Amino acid sequence: MKETVLHDKHLALNAKMIEYAGFHMPVSYAGIGEEHLAVRTGMGIFDVSHMGEFLVEGKVALSFVNRLVTNMITEDVTKVTYSLMCDEKGFVVDDLLVYVINAQKILLVVNAGNIDKDFAWVELQSKAFDVAVRNLSDEFGQVAIQGPLVKEHIHEIMGETGQDLGFMTYKVIPYGSGHVIFSRTGYTGEDGFEVYGKPEFIRDIWDKAIAIGVIPCGLGARDTLRFEANLPLYGHEISDTINPVEAGLNFAVKLEKDFIGRDALVAYKEHPTRKVVGIELLERNIPRHGYPVLKDDRVIGVVTTGYLLPTLTTPVACALIDIAYSEIGTELFVQIRNNKVPAKVRNRKFYTKKYNK
Amino acid sequence: MNVKEGLLYSESHEWVKVEGKNAWIGISDHAQHALGSVVFIELPKIGALFKKGDAMGAVESVKAASDVYTPVSGKILDVNKALEGSPEMLNDDPYGAWIVKLELSNEAELKTLLNAKDYQPLCEE
Repeated sequence: MKETVLHDKHLALNAKMIEYAGFHMPVSYAGIGEEHLAVRTGMGIFDVSHMGEFLVEGKVALSFVNRLVTNMITEDVTKVTYSLMCDEKGFVVDDLLVYVINAQKILLVVNAGNIDKDFAWVELQSKAFDVAVRNLSDEFGQVAIQGPLVKEHIHEIMGETGQDLGFMTYKVIPYGSGHVIFSRTGYTGEDGFEVYGKPEFIRDIWDKAIAIGVIPCGLGARDTLRFEANLPLYGHEISDTINPVEAGLNFAVKLEKDFIGRDALVAYKEHPTRKVVGIELLERNIPRHGYPVLKDDRVIGVVTTGYLLPTLTTPVACALIDIAYSEIGTELFVQIRNNKVPAKVRNRKFYTKKYNK
Repeated sequence: MNVKEGLLYSESHEWVKVEGKNAWIGISDHAQHALGSVVFIELPKIGALFKKGDAMGAVESVKAASDVYTPVSGKILDVNKALEGSPEMLNDDPYGAWIVKLELSNEAELKTLLNAKDYQPLCEE
């Protein structure tokens, strides 16, 4: 099992550890509920060093990346763009963040569980372009510092206020004897920052954050927070059998440009058959990933993620279902063990995001 | 991890307290600790019949659902309804928070369970 650059710090904090995407990662420290609330009301820090980083370099790097990903990537070197990479059928290879360092140098940040698959895909697609792609995943550490109080305290950790950064923008700043990428991004629905850099800088940032009282948060809270904020997770709301239109990610799919999978998505949009919807249970229970969704006695879909969230009393889920039943208010059932639990379709806005616009 | 004397235990971390033909069943301190904060419990129906090893209900943390297996066969005489409103009692007092009361249908099965001393090593993984 691989270890991140912060592994010893998780053990020292007595975290509950699990294997995730080949890494030995903390799932929680004090408890998922406590960590979730810390990020919603205060400050939390996550070790996300397991994420993958690829660097695309070459004169046509920008054209190549625009062919590779679904969202529009411009020369704007302050912008962070959420996007997807699709295969020719329009199914999702991965979702990712794109950082344009300059028009010839672009950083792609991908999911830990997909690093090998993604790198093979990006390399294969790059053959038609005069670009070089390097997998730098092992050279970067990364932390996410998230929560409404982060903006008041981030300078104590980073020596920077970040007040010039709006949501989904970044800059490279000096840190220690070098530099780090300082990015106003996150995966929680709260304001906050993500920092990428050499292992020794990331270890130092982690220590400073813990020292001023930022709560360490594990993968458990990372998932409840991202779900509550309606942010998709690969393998759940998107996958190699679910396309971004079905997942409701049209904002990140620019059909007016040419990209891999575009034609398939244009065709799919003409005749959509499935949709990821929000669901709430009408009885107390917990709808989990993989549970069948039924209309009367017929299976019409599957739960992609579901929780009894620390902040809500109603159990809620996202489910990929037959689009014929996707209207808000439609009554359905979720099969939970031996029970058919009544549910209804609702919106996916379980929480109002609090980004720094 | 606390293992209470005087109870019988299963390898799947349930405890059994026997009084005559009846048994109270709950989950061990090790089980509640491994699970984390319990936020939901699914109880069986009173009168339901289960065989040793059947899933008779489930306990769930935020992150995961775990089946609760009955370590002995029998008929459910009563369920601890209070746990539905306060599932955290399973964390706070695992040996007080019984889940079901069951009428044993095969007392010989009790011999297959572990005493506290023999169960203790299973909690050290």
